[in-house]
Amino acid sequence: MGTEAAARLALQPALMRARGLSKRYVQRTPFSRRSFAIEALVEVNFEIAPGCLTALIGQSGSGKSTLASCLAMMEKPDYGEIWFEGSEISHWSHRKLAPLRPRIQMVFQDAAGALDPRFSAAQIIEEPLQIQHRERGQNLRVRACQLMEEVGLPPDWANRSPLELSGGQRQRLAFARAIALKPSLLILDESLSGLDLSTQAQILNLVLDLKAAHSLTCLLITHDLSLVGQIADFVAVMHQGRIVECGSAPQVLGSPQHPQTCKLLASVQVLETAFRAARAGGRG
Amino acid sequence: MKSSAGAKMWSSMKYLERRVIHAVLLLVGASILSFLFSSLAPGSFFDEMKLNPQISPETVAALRSQYGLDQPLPVKYFRWVKSVLHGEWGYSFAYNQPVRSLLMVRARNTLLLTALAMALAWLIAVPVGVWVASRRGRWEDQLTSASTSLLLSVPELVLALALLYLVIRTHALPVGGMVSTGFDRLGSWGQMTDLVSHLIVPVTTLVLASLPILIRHVRASMIEVLQAPFIQAARGHGISRSRLLFHYALPAAANPLISLFGLSIAGLLSGSLLVEVITGWPGLGPLLLEACFSRDLYVVIGVVMASTLFMIFGSLIADVMLVAADPRVRTDYASERA
Repeated sequence: MGTEAAARLALQPALMRARGLSKRYVQRTPFSRRSFAIEALVEVNFEIAPGCLTALIGQSGSGKSTLASCLAMMEKPDYGEIWFEGSEISHWSHRKLAPLRPRIQMVFQDAAGALDPRFSAAQIIEEPLQIQHRERGQNLRVRACQLMEEVGLPPDWANRSPLELSGGQRQRLAFARAIALKPSLLILDESLSGLDLSTQAQILNLVLDLKAAHSLTCLLITHDLSLVGQIADFVAVMHQGRIVECGSAPQVLGSPQHPQTCKLLASVQVLETAFRAARAGGRG
Repeated sequence: MKSSAGAKMWSSMKYLERRVIHAVLLLVGASILSFLFSSLAPGSFFDEMKLNPQISPETVAALRSQYGLDQPLPVKYFRWVKSVLHGEWGYSFAYNQPVRSLLMVRARNTLLLTALAMALAWLIAVPVGVWVASRRGRWEDQLTSASTSLLLSVPELVLALALLYLVIRTHALPVGGMVSTGFDRLGSWGQMTDLVSHLIVPVTTLVLASLPILIRHVRASMIEVLQAPFIQAARGHGISRSRLLFHYALPAAANPLISLFGLSIAGLLSGSLLVEVITGWPGLGPLLLEACFSRDLYVVIGVVMASTLFMIFGSLIADVMLVAADPRVRTDYASERA
């Protein structure tokens, strides 16, 4: 997507907006009264434009996953506001959030851990439909098979255990489950990490297809900056719990302003150079 | 070619067969060790008779010979095995009757006590453990943690004595035994309430002694599972809190709890010996103690073997439940077989 198109989208009201979001974890030392605090999020202001793919990048421990958890209301922020589709949801109770949850879905990094091993492939997809009373009886299985087909899994595998599937196939199953409730926001928490390159490319294509087919808004949390350059409309860079730079992908990646963004981009270049040198050395 | 269901059934049958063979070997090993260790203990049941001037040494020697105590250890062992195969489990010198009939009555009393205590402890521990895990770090969790630590640090013996003291001071409940005198004259409701009133002190002691361990295990297993991504995913689908805890997290946290449940079954016959002795419950505990003091050899071996049988049975039940509950265990087992 070009800079103009991104700018046009940015003018639309945000699907999700975080204002002054802060989250701190306090850890206590065992057998001691001493404790120390980790500032996971510090006054984070962040917006996700509808229909776009926004990438959240940053070093490990910079607060990306905490921000994703707070936005998905898996964790409550200590301070700040979260606006979603026009409502401020950060202080909503568990009960009040229940009907809203299907609108925000997450796909986790660890596909093996994200799928209950006691369930079959179809049961995993049926689970959210059952919880939200979307389908019943035979329709439940029919819908599960449709979703399996949509993510490129043969419906004949409906009774297979997730333990019998490869990493990529498990991630496809996780995507099928995530889109079952027709969410408006899909949060991909390093969902492509840990997969080999060809599987990554296939899953990436799947994400783009699903995004187009279901008019999804996506938040992609990743370390892979080359990937971000190819598919993201907007990029936000996190460092020590703060958003230090955000804007359209060409703008942030093309002319980075913050030293942390420059550092991240430089590390990719160093890696690429080292990789090419290793390849050249290997051939020689 | 076998069908998948047939192959699974075959695999399960082979697994059970292997476990039963292990169990028999374990029982044989335990019986040999029991005989070996009891032969190391000095004296025999008839030694006290030697001090009685009215009983001649010839009579004592004849009695020893009659019961086979003058035979070497292997002969004594095989005579006992023969007796087990006849369903007698040896002969009690003190009670002058086969050990099996003696054990059956006492084991029934012990099982009544321990099964009730175990059921109560689990019925309390599971919901409490699940609840405190869901309130991790809050005051309810901290209060439960402090209470369980306190209970853990108090020995079973002290708990039983404290309860007995309380009951004696308040005259609220009968002390000692299983039933009151005149039990046979009571109606069925009266008999029931009398039995329950005698059960309260030993059952409470056993429940209080096992509760902290169970609650801590349930809590720890649940905390681990509640952080799993698939639980987070279910939460993200808008599931109710109680359904998430009891339908999703608890079955996923069940593996270590099933192993612990197997241990609970294993301890059904041997876990209450001390409490039975202190509270005067006519179970296996007092019988074993008396048998040890009087060198009633085959009763001691009978109690040890019955406890071993329950140990094996408990671990077998836990293994079968694990295979049934967790597909990962089935997969591991299948790959092991392959």
